Amino acid sequence: MAEATAAAPELRPLVPHLTLGATRDQDYLNGARCTNCKATYAGPRMYCSKCSGQGPFESVKLSKEGEVHVWTIIHQATPYVQAPYIAAIVDLPEGVSVNTNIVGVDPKPENMKFGMKVKMFTEKVSEDKEGNAYVAYRFQPV
Amino acid sequence: MREVAVIGVSMIKFGRYPDRDVSQLAAQAGHEALKDAGVQMKDIESLYSGNLYATSGSGQRILQQMGQTGIPVVNVANACATGSTAFREAYFAVASGAFDMVMALGSEQMGKQGLLGSRGDPATSLEGRVGSYMMPAVFGMAGMEHAKKYGTQQEHFALASVKNHFHSTQNPLAQYQKESPLDEVMNGRVIAYPNTLLMCCPTGDGAAAAILCSMDKARQYTTQPIKVAASVLTSDPYTDRDLTLPDINTLTRNAAAIAYKQAGIGPEDLSQVELHDCFATAELLHYENLGLCDEGMAGKHVASGAPWIGNKIPTKYQEDVAPFQDKSYKPKTTAVVNASGGLLSKGHPLGATGVANIAEIVWHLRGQAGNRQVEGSKVGMAHVIGLCSACTLNILVK
Repeated sequence: MAEATAAAPELRPLVPHLTLGATRDQDYLNGARCTNCKATYAGPRMYCSKCSGQGPFESVKLSKEGEVHVWTIIHQATPYVQAPYIAAIVDLPEGVSVNTNIVGVDPKPENMKFGMKVKMFTEKVSEDKEGNAYVAYRFQPV
Repeated sequence: MREVAVIGVSMIKFGRYPDRDVSQLAAQAGHEALKDAGVQMKDIESLYSGNLYATSGSGQRILQQMGQTGIPVVNVANACATGSTAFREAYFAVASGAFDMVMALGSEQMGKQGLLGSRGDPATSLEGRVGSYMMPAVFGMAGMEHAKKYGTQQEHFALASVKNHFHSTQNPLAQYQKESPLDEVMNGRVIAYPNTLLMCCPTGDGAAAAILCSMDKARQYTTQPIKVAASVLTSDPYTDRDLTLPDINTLTRNAAAIAYKQAGIGPEDLSQVELHDCFATAELLHYENLGLCDEGMAGKHVASGAPWIGNKIPTKYQEDVAPFQDKSYKPKTTAVVNASGGLLSKGHPLGATGVANIAEIVWHLRGQAGNRQVEGSKVGMAHVIGLCSACTLNILVK
């Protein structure tokens, strides 16, 4: 009989709409498109909030490049997050929008533009008590 | 459905009450509303209790403080719209004929923790790593959407804060009663751009209550029954980005269309509005959502003086406001907005807010609002939005 062993620490995506590849440059954002009404969501879906149907949903590999819809600069952050930082909504060409941090820009209003082109990358952002590491996506100017 | 009247209201001063239990705060509000209506606890047939942080059993705990008459209690939670949803449930209970007299109570004790204290396990939290989900970010970005579409400047948003803090100086029940000129608002530390500290509502403790009664019985108790002309609740319809950036506009617009139809009035008929200025950016968006001004005109509207008490910019602020005015702008409506000082000054103890708005409108319609009285107020609207997302609109008529 095999001894019960503690699970080996894993690398995990911080959100379900991030799919991890063998290396960080192979990570991508995944989406689900309702074949009935074409509404597209970040991450997997069971039902469609637009047409109330059951899809079926086709999975979509989302583009790495998108445009900043809106942004804000957060100065008062939750305790474990360094401020100021830029939080934004980025529109992807597949018709999906995602929440994200914009990095590689000095966080000042004059440096941000609506519609600015940005590109996704991923990095390890945290670790839990069992040693599992979590990977998040961010966007930076193209 | 039959006509429903508000016959009694109350609100305790919003602030911090570390030495009192939230059910004691609520009981005080309840008792004051009973006194205002000239009725007793035994006359109340049902209680609708709004409380967000301690929803379960909130109403029963309040009755343990103020009178256990054995009546049905419904505990309500609906984000920031918790209190106003409790009011709406109370309205339906009377309108349907099920009860003749009921109480809606809203209460909350937030302490100083605010919204930053409860974000789960730091290892797996998305906050600050995959954008921000907290209210300052949501309302910062909602304001930036308006700036993107219409070129609205940070100062336009800031003027809502100047106005509401000016109004608050005449409201002894407001958590803060301090003026803040434009430069003070603009020079405050940024919380989430474009909102600075004085463009964000405070957290706090508070309670408010309303007694609702069928209109045919209301005149037994008061010579000034206030009619509930519309009571509406909506949730988010599907819109393109709603799952990433809560859409605070569409559900408010939907609610407004229903409410104006129910009441048989238009925005031009409103004497005043208490709207959900949780952040200064929100106030300007809701001018357009509620039809108080045309699309894209919110910045010009606040700078025109129309939503200020007296429908004009106070003399001492005229120089500050002048650069943001458009002299050719003709206000579409003259509804005074947030005569109470709004959430920005009055405070926003979540569950209490929606009932306190009702109390404010009732006081104005009765002519009991003291130095902040909107002259000749006949029709008032109370608007609340809670994320994600519930919008309530109640229209009250003299």
